Amino acid sequence: MSDHAHSAHHLHQFETAQQQYEAASLGMWAFIIQEILFFGGLFGAYTVYRNEYIEAFTAGSHLLSIGWGTFNTIVLIASSLTMALAVRAAQTNAGRNAITGWLVATIILGCAFLGVKYIEYSSKWHQNLIPGSMFQWNDPAVTLGNAKIFFSFYFVMTGMHALHMVVGVGIMLWMIAKVRRNEISAQYFTPIEISGLYWHFVDIVWIFLFPLLYLIGRH
Amino acid sequence: MSEHHSEHHVVPLKIYFLIFFALMIGTVLTVAAAFVNMGFLNTPVALIIALVKASLVILFFMHVKYSPKLVGLFAVAGFFWLCILLALTMQDYYTRGWGQEAPVEFLKQGSFF
Repeated sequence: MSDHAHSAHHLHQFETAQQQYEAASLGMWAFIIQEILFFGGLFGAYTVYRNEYIEAFTAGSHLLSIGWGTFNTIVLIASSLTMALAVRAAQTNAGRNAITGWLVATIILGCAFLGVKYIEYSSKWHQNLIPGSMFQWNDPAVTLGNAKIFFSFYFVMTGMHALHMVVGVGIMLWMIAKVRRNEISAQYFTPIEISGLYWHFVDIVWIFLFPLLYLIGRH
Repeated sequence: MSEHHSEHHVVPLKIYFLIFFALMIGTVLTVAAAFVNMGFLNTPVALIIALVKASLVILFFMHVKYSPKLVGLFAVAGFFWLCILLALTMQDYYTRGWGQEAPVEFLKQGSFF
């Protein structure tokens, strides 16, 4: 950072703009650590209950669509790529239209993920697989109550993940506003970089959710 | 951190596309592996593929490979704390019935996986 003294974004409590950037990304990582532990609680509960009600979890996972799950995994990984390219466009001074383009692509892919989630949820609704008084279960090998446990985990875990996606889309809209106001440059792209960290983290959660909910009960 | 004056590392486009391609392969592998009956190995195989994919995202997309060591330490610490959370939860649930009447069904069966 040869011209750090001239950066309008360089706050006085940091010796250099580089130090400020590193402090910001470290702070984002501290936030991500608590997110890991937040989802970790859900994954821990999932592990305990899956071992207790293995038949219900196996039967339940057979009712999830591997096709949509795989499609969404690809969509989300692609959105991580476009996110990384948005950060790179900012780093390389590719111009605000290039950064905006990659951010819009990220938002579109994120919304595609949420759209598929809507299709999946509504199909569960029509099959009466939403835990509650309407829940119907016909497989005699698994009790209705145990089947409800699997679908409760499915909806809470994918629902919390989808909520993070909605927040992520909101953050990306905010980033686009920053880019349009010329607040992002190769000298100062910290907001895009740390928003990207969040987006990639949400991708990682899905990388674990997909096999655990959709796949490992299938063979 | 203050003595560190290097420019931000710009990751080559080739690396980003290579990582994306590797993540796609991992996705295909994990779906394919789900339809092969490997007995108790299905879950560990799925988790190992997921861990490799997550590591690629963290190292390259999240730039940890190119960041100061302190950021890497934070990332490792996060997963280390996750391991503590899971390990202590499991040691509680799977040893709670030792030496007494098992409180829940799966403890009587003694099955972990």
